[in-house]
Amino acid sequence: MNILRIIEQLSEVDADVLGRFDSRRAVFKSLGNTAKMGALAAAPVFVSSLFSKAYGQTTTPSVVEVLNYALTLELLEEDYYKKMTAAGRVPAGVAAGAIATILKHETAHVKLLSDTIRALNGTPVTNVKFKTSAFPADYPTQLVVAQALEDTGVRAYKGQAGNLLGKMAGTTSLLQVALQIHSVEARHAAHIRTMRMQAPWIPASDSNLPAPLGPVYTGTIREDNVIQSNVNITSQLGTPYSANDAAASFDEILTMAEVLDASRAGGFVQG
Amino acid sequence: MSNIKQNASEEAEFAKPLYTPIKRRSFFMYAGATAGATALLLSGCDDDDNEIVTPNGTVNLGSGDVGVLNYAYALEQLEAAFYAQVKATPAADFSTLEKDYFNQVAAHEAIHRDFFKAAINRDAPGQIIPGLTPIFTSIDFTKRASVLATAKTFEDLGVAAYNGAGKYLKTPAYLVIAGQIVSVEARHAAYVRDLISPGSFADDSIIDANGLDKAMEPVDVVTAAQSFIKEKLDASRVGK
Repeated sequence: MNILRIIEQLSEVDADVLGRFDSRRAVFKSLGNTAKMGALAAAPVFVSSLFSKAYGQTTTPSVVEVLNYALTLELLEEDYYKKMTAAGRVPAGVAAGAIATILKHETAHVKLLSDTIRALNGTPVTNVKFKTSAFPADYPTQLVVAQALEDTGVRAYKGQAGNLLGKMAGTTSLLQVALQIHSVEARHAAHIRTMRMQAPWIPASDSNLPAPLGPVYTGTIREDNVIQSNVNITSQLGTPYSANDAAASFDEILTMAEVLDASRAGGFVQG
Repeated sequence: MSNIKQNASEEAEFAKPLYTPIKRRSFFMYAGATAGATALLLSGCDDDDNEIVTPNGTVNLGSGDVGVLNYAYALEQLEAAFYAQVKATPAADFSTLEKDYFNQVAAHEAIHRDFFKAAINRDAPGQIIPGLTPIFTSIDFTKRASVLATAKTFEDLGVAAYNGAGKYLKTPAYLVIAGQIVSVEARHAAYVRDLISPGSFADDSIIDANGLDKAMEPVDVVTAAQSFIKEKLDASRVGK
């Protein structure tokens, strides 16, 4: 592979390609160094990170920043379920039991993330509250917002996996811990969705819902997306699949900026 | 790469061919999934001393990223075969909605299987494991309870498998794909658990005191799944 040629070609369709990299000089200097050191085996990894840097999020957040972002969402969820419990509209029985289970997990996530951030000599965020004026009075709408928070959480954790690749706290893989939280959020999301008589997974039509749910399923990559790793799931797998099954079989990421936007979780944080 | 010149005029040299035409399609190839880089990375992991199927019939999942992809492909084959049977011969005591939802789950798992097959063949030609032969003799497909119990086992195991394998991936694009799939598996797991016992979607039997789902190592997952697969699987070098 000729990296220089790729960059040349990219510049043809994307005039800013070189601006996306740190700087032309820096890129070519580090390429030169890589070659000089004879570390050719590492070149594909380098190229890969170069492009994800250029076309992904503009700056890579630190591990503590990623964990504090996750903690912010967990604090928001924890406070939401505390408010929901206090409001007293959740029916006794399985429903109340489920909300208690979910609240218990969010509290555990808050503690785990806070402890981890401290262990990394960082300062955990505190005092993130669900906006009182946005808290719904009736139980059905409370579930709508719970679904919005849970499905946003699933997309948010997924969006940070790449930033935690290879990151450790002592002997603990922070990526693995994040994945272990991520799938719990997905279990919560599935259950809340079924409490609302919705499918546990995300059908393509959810991307067209009105707010507050619609924005949860949109973004740069919408949940009705059917193309994964350049493969069109509906038409390029030998067997044809429906657009709905194609969309539901893969959840999608949201970036940090998208999650914190006022149309999504950012709009629920008490100012 | 070895032709890079180390002198002050390098910028001037690089500026010249910046106007070479490119097809839009090639652009997406490069910018989309870093496919070129990925193919190189995978070929770097190629082991010529390792056959995919050994003379005694053991299927070697392989090493590096392609090992992780083969591992996921093996598990998705198992799940897809299971739900295909559930769809073909649904238990009489399933409700209409349950049948509809399990047909959707069957499609999700078939998509995951077919996707991995396509991705491995594209990114690591010649390194894909063969189709596996499921053994479902322990399952009574005519009984809802038997089907649900097996589905719970497979879904919880699938979640734990992806959670434990993420750290072995070196290519960010594959990690994102694994993340996109594992949350769907977790949704399936929650759904099946709630059918067995309402409210058990994330109970203490599966989520620990830190609020964490399970994460299992590839060799442990394969041990748990082996009784459902005829071919012996070797996951000892997955991700290594």
